[in-house]
Amino acid sequence: MTSNAAVPFWRAAGMTYITYSNLCANLVRQCLKEPYRSEALNREKVHFSISKWAEGKPEKPTIRSDTPE
Amino acid sequence: MLRRATTRILSHRRHCSTAEALKVTAADDLFMAAWKRTMPNLDPPKTPLSFLQPRPSTASAASIPSKMTINLVSSCSSGLSNKQAHMVIVPATTGQMGILPGHVASISELKPGLLSIYEGNEVTKYFISSGFAFVHSNSVADIIAAEAVPIEQVDPSSVQKGLAEFTQKLSTASTDLEKAEAQIGLDVLSALNSSLSG
Repeated sequence: MTSNAAVPFWRAAGMTYITYSNLCANLVRQCLKEPYRSEALNREKVHFSISKWAEGKPEKPTIRSDTPE
Repeated sequence: MLRRATTRILSHRRHCSTAEALKVTAADDLFMAAWKRTMPNLDPPKTPLSFLQPRPSTASAASIPSKMTINLVSSCSSGLSNKQAHMVIVPATTGQMGILPGHVASISELKPGLLSIYEGNEVTKYFISSGFAFVHSNSVADIIAAEAVPIEQVDPSSVQKGLAEFTQKLSTASTDLEKAEAQIGLDVLSALNSSLSG
């Protein structure tokens, strides 16, 4: 089987396609004119809580959020 | 609407396209019959099949339609659906690719760049951050993008600021990842820059 020839520079640096695509999308959003820019950035805000599990029990959850508390 | 147009033009293929439609409604009818048997007093729910818009048949390889049907979808909205156009130019990773009706079926990855849709004398331009373009053999082009913004919504001063910032980041970048990020920033912003002027 032939191996993949030229990989894109971002994949060679260890980035996945999704990370690349999201990065590009973010850059475009930051270059928009005013009402569109705040709408777009607001649309992409996330707020979620993660808890890792160890030995069958959840540890203390951490909250990751873009919305100011 | 397009389905009726194609069945008129290709009358000898009429039985192909209606057969697909018949299969769809037959499955729906079975569900409806079962529902009415068990719950006659309740309104039946709408199944995804009833929302599904039938797509023009890909069997129509004989004749080339005069216009393309373009569907532009982004992560937050369906920018265009079933728009008729004469030509569309997509920013593929291999360069600007023009797609006319009758184009061979293909899948292309898109790089950040300008998407132009030519309809008669008017051009609609969108800036695509990255995505894919699927061209089907029935001259339907599906373009999916993470962000597709009309070029009028782009702010030139932010683009210039970003260019300066990323040129500086590229020179001070140490790890491979930082260099890649700075390079991506430069690519996107220079594409934005040339789309604004081009």
